Amino acid sequence: MLDISPAEWTAILLSLRVAVIATLVATPFGIALAWLLARKDFWGKSVLDAVVHLPLVLPPVVTGYLLLLTFGRRGLVGAFLADHLGIVFAFRWTGAALACGVMSFPLLVRPMRLSIEAIDRRLEQAAETLGAAPFKVFFTVTLPLALPGVLAGMVLGFAKAIGEFGATITFVSNIPGETQTISSAIYSLIQTPDGDAAAGRLVIVSIVLALGALIAAEWFARRATQRLHGN
Amino acid sequence: MLRVDIEKQLGEFSLSASFESEGRVTGLFGASGAGKSSLINMIAGLLRPDRGTIVIDGDVVDDTAAGIHVPTWRRRIGYVFQDARLFPHLNVAQNLDYGRRMNRLAADPAQRTRVVELLDIGALLDRRPGRLSGGERQRVALGRALLSKPRLLLLDEPLGALDEARKLEILPYLVRLRDEANVPMVYVSHDVAELRQVATQIVMLRQGRVTSFGGVKVLT
Repeated sequence: MLDISPAEWTAILLSLRVAVIATLVATPFGIALAWLLARKDFWGKSVLDAVVHLPLVLPPVVTGYLLLLTFGRRGLVGAFLADHLGIVFAFRWTGAALACGVMSFPLLVRPMRLSIEAIDRRLEQAAETLGAAPFKVFFTVTLPLALPGVLAGMVLGFAKAIGEFGATITFVSNIPGETQTISSAIYSLIQTPDGDAAAGRLVIVSIVLALGALIAAEWFARRATQRLHGN
Repeated sequence: MLRVDIEKQLGEFSLSASFESEGRVTGLFGASGAGKSSLINMIAGLLRPDRGTIVIDGDVVDDTAAGIHVPTWRRRIGYVFQDARLFPHLNVAQNLDYGRRMNRLAADPAQRTRVVELLDIGALLDRRPGRLSGGERQRVALGRALLSKPRLLLLDEPLGALDEARKLEILPYLVRLRDEANVPMVYVSHDVAELRQVATQIVMLRQGRVTSFGGVKVLT
């Protein structure tokens, strides 16, 4: 059906790896932040909320450039990580994962936050009266009830990460086999005279992945309602 | 058994209550807005008094002068809410075992069987709360609270959300509970008939003050 070439497979597999790692690493931070925003009132909350959403509205090239300034070889954090921990982001697939993680973070956090906000806090009180310490309440009541929202957030974040283009190409460039994801491969192919067919195949792959993710997220959202009603 | 001497300001409403009860079932009686729920929530530790002390079974759980406030989860109480509050993601059996697991108590199959039989919930064990009737839910909530082995069981209008027929369905269980389970209870209600059947002692509240205290006779 789709006659995908090895070079295209490389881009697809790299995209998947980048998006999976970005999502898995972002998830614990996403849950913590979603909980914080849903449950706590603190000084600077609206600023934090705005900063988290910034990648959604900022030109991706700006986010990518800021990542380059911060996590590049000579960047403040980048130099430290490279010298002391041997972690390098610049022009590596790990950098692509970082860019995708940052860009998809607002989409990942939002369903998590909404699902935590939807939980009846009186259930947590009930757990406390049964002898559950606060962290046990979180892991036995809050998190299981928010689970469909957490999964929906992960799926949406994953879908966004797999399609990310602007920040990634700005931060880690477009190196085949290292940082060339589906999006940057399509970008290269449509600038090549006879790249239309290959670009077309990758476009179809992108659409399938994005559509699948949206359907999955919707399914998880429906599960969330069922779960809260205890059917 | 239970000693309460507290003051609490809640907006315009001021609650100031003092009583001591040795009864098996202490009924907190009063119209809505009299402060019953605030009082029981303070005994549970869900609400913190402005001033005063609360002593459960000789154990000081609140003493504002000494800066003591034992958190709810360490009070070893059971609480049956008006709206049951079963965990919707767990089935009935898991709901029943929740308190035991959280308190790291060893499994006690004999007690579990006794409670399940006492409340007639054996047929419901693998159902989800969403598939239970209001009365069934309340029975499971009772069992869940009992199985956490509390030293004091708090019941806040446990029949309040049920219609007359359901109330009559649950009341006998509550009476059996009082006579067989051997756990002291605090029972909040605005229903005289209900308290006459269940309570052994009455604390009457009106507008945040204790107006009388004594046997069930004070309900006349």
